[in-house]
Amino acid sequence: MTTTPVKQSITVTINGKAYTKEIPTYRTLVDFIRYDVGLTGTKEACSVGVCGACTIEMDGNITASCITLAVKADGANITTIEGVADGEKLHPIQEAFINHGGFQCGACTPGQIMAAKALLEHNPHPSEPEIKEWMMGNLCRCTGYYQIIESIQAAAEAN
Amino acid sequence: MHDFEFHAPASLDEALTLLSKHNDDAKIMAGGTSLTTLLKQSLIAPAHIISLHKITEINSIEVSGDTLNIGGLVTQRQVELSDIVKKHAPLLADAYRRVATVRIRNVATVGGGIAQADPAMDPPPSLLILNASITATSSKGSRTLPIEEVYADYYETTLEPDEIISQIHVPAQPAGSNWTYIKYLPRTEDDYATVSVAAIGKITNGEVAEARIALGAVSSTAIRAATVENALVGMKQSSLTREKLKEISQTIAEIVDPTDDPRGSAWYKKDMSVVFARRALEEVLK
Repeated sequence: MTTTPVKQSITVTINGKAYTKEIPTYRTLVDFIRYDVGLTGTKEACSVGVCGACTIEMDGNITASCITLAVKADGANITTIEGVADGEKLHPIQEAFINHGGFQCGACTPGQIMAAKALLEHNPHPSEPEIKEWMMGNLCRCTGYYQIIESIQAAAEAN
Repeated sequence: MHDFEFHAPASLDEALTLLSKHNDDAKIMAGGTSLTTLLKQSLIAPAHIISLHKITEINSIEVSGDTLNIGGLVTQRQVELSDIVKKHAPLLADAYRRVATVRIRNVATVGGGIAQADPAMDPPPSLLILNASITATSSKGSRTLPIEEVYADYYETTLEPDEIISQIHVPAQPAGSNWTYIKYLPRTEDDYATVSVAAIGKITNGEVAEARIALGAVSSTAIRAATVENALVGMKQSSLTREKLKEISQTIAEIVDPTDDPRGSAWYKKDMSVVFARRALEEVLK
């Protein structure tokens, strides 16, 4: 094993802005987003792709940024929670989560919103079982699941 | 995480050349969902990672005659949503739909999952009973081998270090057959199964014409229960009482070899293998 990390320069577009950084090849995408770029809305919780806190959108698909190498995102187009609102105007899903109490401590919320946004883009009027199936990989330790489902149903109705 | 060189070849040829050069010092990364987790946990420490994410040659699903040809880099989500997979092998589409979460299926690939060879994954029992085969390609050429000859042990395959799974071939399900994939687990659906069973069955003129069954998560590889299949084919449907199916399923206890883990103790998994095999058979031999 070498002592100096192998580094690589990558360019990633995040929320419409291109970032070019030299990073160690072992950097995970969630660490790149949080520590190299400074966008701390995306959270890391389980670190093994199970809990959904680190959910981001990469080239049109939601993915777990904690088990993605940042070097693999070279050239990719990424949306994080910071890119969901239109300036000061919140996204309808964010509004719905506020109006329906879709969060308690808030740690899982960025991942919940990213997953819910992808669901409604894929299926604008999901049934409750469809919401549960899609969202089952986004864990909430406060167990506010019913309010999360209600928030998504409200956002779908507002569509 | 360990230090490694990261390569992103643009073509399969380029990837194979890199692989033959670095061989045992390299690991191939397809979707990377499993590999990155292993890297983070320091369970593997390759000097080189060859990522296949820029390769576009083996990313499509096609039909040739009655066989689905699925590129090694097709995502699990693609299989789940594919109309031609749903038409020719609905069991396969369902098995891939049951893997983890959409976030993982968006990235995880069919070839990557097979190479990972985790016996608790959802697709292996279905791949076995659909008589799937793979094409493994290296810089020296290609060879095709049946899926049961690919899985060797826990997380081990018979693939050579310089080979990449370039295609997966899946013959269509028999016309008019019933099928099921039962994923039994006490936790949430996105977890690995405690016991999983895939089965295909067909009754023709009151007799069992097709009976195929395989189990996941209860041995070092997914396993096909040939003894059960052989016992059933040719039997009169009228003789398939619950007691009879129970008796035939009991032979499964002799071929499974589960381990204790948080998803269940070994004896429990053995018992549940028999129970869920019988339920799967009841469902497909109606």
